[in-house]
Amino acid sequence: MSIQQNVEHEPEADATPALLPPRRSGRGRLTLRRFARNRLALVGIGILVLLFLFAYVGPLVDKWGYNDHDFTAFLDGPSGSHWFGTDQAGTDIFALTTRGLQKSLIIGLLVGLITTTLAATLGAVAGYFGRWIDRVVMWIVDMLLVLPSFLIIAVLSPTFAKSSWLILVVLLALFSWMITARIVRSMTLTLKDREFVKAAKYMGVSDMRIIFRHILPSMASLLIIDGTIQVSLAVIGESSLSYFGFGIQPPDVSLGTVIADGTSYATTYQWLFWFPAGFLVLFGLAIAFIGDGLRDAYDPNSSNAKAQAKAIKEKGKSKDGESDEAAGQRVGSTEVLSQA
Amino acid sequence: MSDTSQDSDTSQDSDTSQDSGTSQDSTTEEGLTPVIETSKEPAADRHGGVPPLLEVSDLHVSFPSEAGPVRAVRGVSYAVRPGEVLGIVGESGSGKSVSSMAVLGLLPDSADIRGSIRMDGRELLGLNDAKMSKIRGKDIAMVFQDPLSALTPVYSIGTQIIEAIQVHQDVDKVKARTRAVELLDLVGIPDPHQRVDAFPHEFSGGMRQRAMIAMAIANDPKIIIADEPTTALDVTIQAQVLEVLKKAQDVTGAAIVMITHDLGVIAGFADRVMVMYAGRPVENGPVDEVYYRPRMPYTIGLLGSIPRVDDDERRALTPIDGTPPSMVSLPQGCPFEARCPIAIDVCREREPELVTAPGANHPSACHRSRELMEGGGEGLLDPETIYPVPPVPEAHEIERLPRAERTAVLEVDNLVKHFPLLKGAVFKRRIGTVKAVDGITLEIKEGETLGLVGESGCGKTTTLLEIMDLTGGQAGSVTVFGKDVREVKGNKARKALRRDMQIVFQDPMASLDARMPIGDILAEPLKTHGWDRARTDARIPELLELVGLNPDHADRFPQEFSGGQRQRVSIARALALEPKLVVLDEPVSALDVSIQAGVLNLLDELKSRMGLSYLFVAHDLSVVRHIADRIAVMYLGRIVELGETKSVFHEPSHPYTQALLSAVPLPDPQKERARERILLTGDLPSPANVPSGCRFRNRCPKYLQLDAGDQQRCESEDPQLQSLAPDHTAACHFAEALAVV
Repeated sequence: MSIQQNVEHEPEADATPALLPPRRSGRGRLTLRRFARNRLALVGIGILVLLFLFAYVGPLVDKWGYNDHDFTAFLDGPSGSHWFGTDQAGTDIFALTTRGLQKSLIIGLLVGLITTTLAATLGAVAGYFGRWIDRVVMWIVDMLLVLPSFLIIAVLSPTFAKSSWLILVVLLALFSWMITARIVRSMTLTLKDREFVKAAKYMGVSDMRIIFRHILPSMASLLIIDGTIQVSLAVIGESSLSYFGFGIQPPDVSLGTVIADGTSYATTYQWLFWFPAGFLVLFGLAIAFIGDGLRDAYDPNSSNAKAQAKAIKEKGKSKDGESDEAAGQRVGSTEVLSQA
Repeated sequence: MSDTSQDSDTSQDSDTSQDSGTSQDSTTEEGLTPVIETSKEPAADRHGGVPPLLEVSDLHVSFPSEAGPVRAVRGVSYAVRPGEVLGIVGESGSGKSVSSMAVLGLLPDSADIRGSIRMDGRELLGLNDAKMSKIRGKDIAMVFQDPLSALTPVYSIGTQIIEAIQVHQDVDKVKARTRAVELLDLVGIPDPHQRVDAFPHEFSGGMRQRAMIAMAIANDPKIIIADEPTTALDVTIQAQVLEVLKKAQDVTGAAIVMITHDLGVIAGFADRVMVMYAGRPVENGPVDEVYYRPRMPYTIGLLGSIPRVDDDERRALTPIDGTPPSMVSLPQGCPFEARCPIAIDVCREREPELVTAPGANHPSACHRSRELMEGGGEGLLDPETIYPVPPVPEAHEIERLPRAERTAVLEVDNLVKHFPLLKGAVFKRRIGTVKAVDGITLEIKEGETLGLVGESGCGKTTTLLEIMDLTGGQAGSVTVFGKDVREVKGNKARKALRRDMQIVFQDPMASLDARMPIGDILAEPLKTHGWDRARTDARIPELLELVGLNPDHADRFPQEFSGGQRQRVSIARALALEPKLVVLDEPVSALDVSIQAGVLNLLDELKSRMGLSYLFVAHDLSVVRHIADRIAVMYLGRIVELGETKSVFHEPSHPYTQALLSAVPLPDPQKERARERILLTGDLPSPANVPSGCRFRNRCPKYLQLDAGDQQRCESEDPQLQSLAPDHTAACHFAEALAVV
């Protein structure tokens, strides 16, 4: 059989059975495996889990509540009874930090997720379908962009003061997806004419499937990076709202309010500032690590996810397959013709 | 040659290569002069005893990379004499471009270059950029592959040529401009006085390349280095540009170093040829010698793997297995060993030198080249038979039926696709129509391959997309498997049709989602058409095996495969649902020749095994001749000739088909030199401005020979396809068969 002779089999040596399960793993599993290979990302996950544990288990361990006042200790440094010290009203900083962290973790993650999902879906739909859908979505984007979001949230938040702080999450998310949506839309415009999208279309794949299976994963790097930034922005945005007295209303606290209160004492009573600020930084760091890991896991060209895999696969990989990938995607056929 | 030894590197390694360089030259001078004289090139006589103009000896180039140094060029030596044309052939990554960039001093600073490059006895290597700039463009000129990116878009063509002149010559602007106009006239730009002020975007691809050549010869260079000068161009334009290049050589008397992957172009154009593989020359000699008496398995394989327009027999091509080695970690021994059909133990241990084997009269780098003798014989190897010739696939039962008894899978009747040309920002008004597809009628029966050929811009791809869109087009009808697509309403019914017709795109990198492992890519059509997980999982290894890939590799991403392998994945995806019709849009044009052969064989075999029908779109006529049963030649949105492959190639009757066929270079030096080219004038007219009457008349060579009355007819009457023989039609008032291959 001629074909059997022409087979461009790569050397068999690389197929270490332990690493190549007999069952085909789909993109999801493969991404997960690549993610798990990234040590920094795992550290990020670890930190995040610890933060959650700290935020929710901490108050159970601590004997002070976030609105208790210890009238025997004002502005006391960290000690046996007040692990993180107290503020000028005798409130336990440990209790404040854990309570604040609870809020900030939830707000940050939710806002990041909602914003990115909203931006990706609306941007891609607008770009892919075009016509009136595009016009309507872009009109909404432009309108939301010119509205002074900070003021609106500031004005509205007292109204919602009684209701759940989740409203704040929705409001924060509602005003931060537009620019990403615009970027996603313009990327979709170029992606939808690419051959792999056409190929899927001619296979009979439905439009929404194409968007979620081909178009959005192709811009995963952008979305993930944007998501991480949105998380940090949401925490900061909520903090700044809280700083002005909107957002999370007292007596409830968020990490932002605790930090804002402690800022003026940062040089004199350092525990007031450094403990909550340290947790905020830790949270941001964890998100950044996870984001990087996800991006590398999603991106088959990324050298990070591959680096460890290289030792296993090195032999089997043909060289040109690796080297021309970046150029190949952009210039397409001309690149191959021009190879010399 | 003798004066170089004192300058050359003292290392042992370079000495040996120097020797091989010497031997190669001596053979050229003594042994092979008669061969050169037999060729009709008068230029060949001139460089008998003349000292070489450009002499490259033992050139090594390596680039640093993460994985270690990439040794792109490993010991290249050649000499070019005045008026000589040296062809350098090789696949992508063989180091042919890098070696010429080194000559021009255009490599990045990070490149490590060793060896010697001498022009007229002067060492060029090590000169600083300022000194090299005095040489570049004056003594050594360059013609690049992509004329669009080689010309500055914001300056007019004239300004750029004037600049090229004034940099090296002390002339005033008026004189330089006059010279620029002369040059443009020389390279055949019509109306040069006006076109000199045109900008690059106003020129077509062929004209830009002419302008590049004009710029290259502006200062009477001694050497012109042409790096794939015609690769980006259509065949008819390629023929024009090669003609211009030849003319430029005649005018300036320059030597030409022609770098290309196209063995056909070299056959007709070069005096000597150097075949490169993995950064080294593996065979070197006069064109006739190398083409007719190759002594290196790689050259033999390369020559055997190209489909030829003059080849009637239906045969399988002989592909070279495997892919070129990585230039970072080259294996010990001969770099071709892994792909070589006649490799022996010594090939794994020692890399062969480029030497002339006893009995041969040109050098080749193979341990067994002494055994590779024409005709074979006792203890010898016949170059014809060292590659196992894959058997011609047995015809499917459908294919054995007479054509009239098979059912049609695709019928296109008078399909039209016009795009409006709009102007105005707020109120768009129509100022014209782009007639991309202007009435196409074709039919594909079961088990048949129809080749659709034509130059870029003739509407091939638009036709394909119109068919694949299943919308029915603006006028005319598309009937798939007996169903008119206009009647097919609703997504469900359309999806059912899509199941039986699949498409393979040109660029396998672009058509595979880079972020999906190929297992998922292959699963997509199955999932879409409702296969369950278990069946899908069982089907994927089957598919990979079908196209000759390792089923264990389903977890890998497309970029981990080479170009040929990726195209195999595309084909596997198209075949996943066992369709009846596969539409192939230039499926091999992005691949190297040795890989292309494997893919073509695969397509041929799958067709016979599964009884498929192909609509094969290509611009390469040799490929189409190899694979197609019937051929449709397209020009400016219309089919101008349609018929059985054999009769179209033997008796092309439309002047355009004749010109197209005559422009295809043959990888056969003697035939190629003896051929008459029918050169078309000008470029493909814009489909927005189709000439009246016959749309080909303003480029038609036949039109010029007609008398006024007949010309009138061409101008006023649009020719329809008329039957010339059973199953052979052409749209020309004066169709007449003419053998051109």
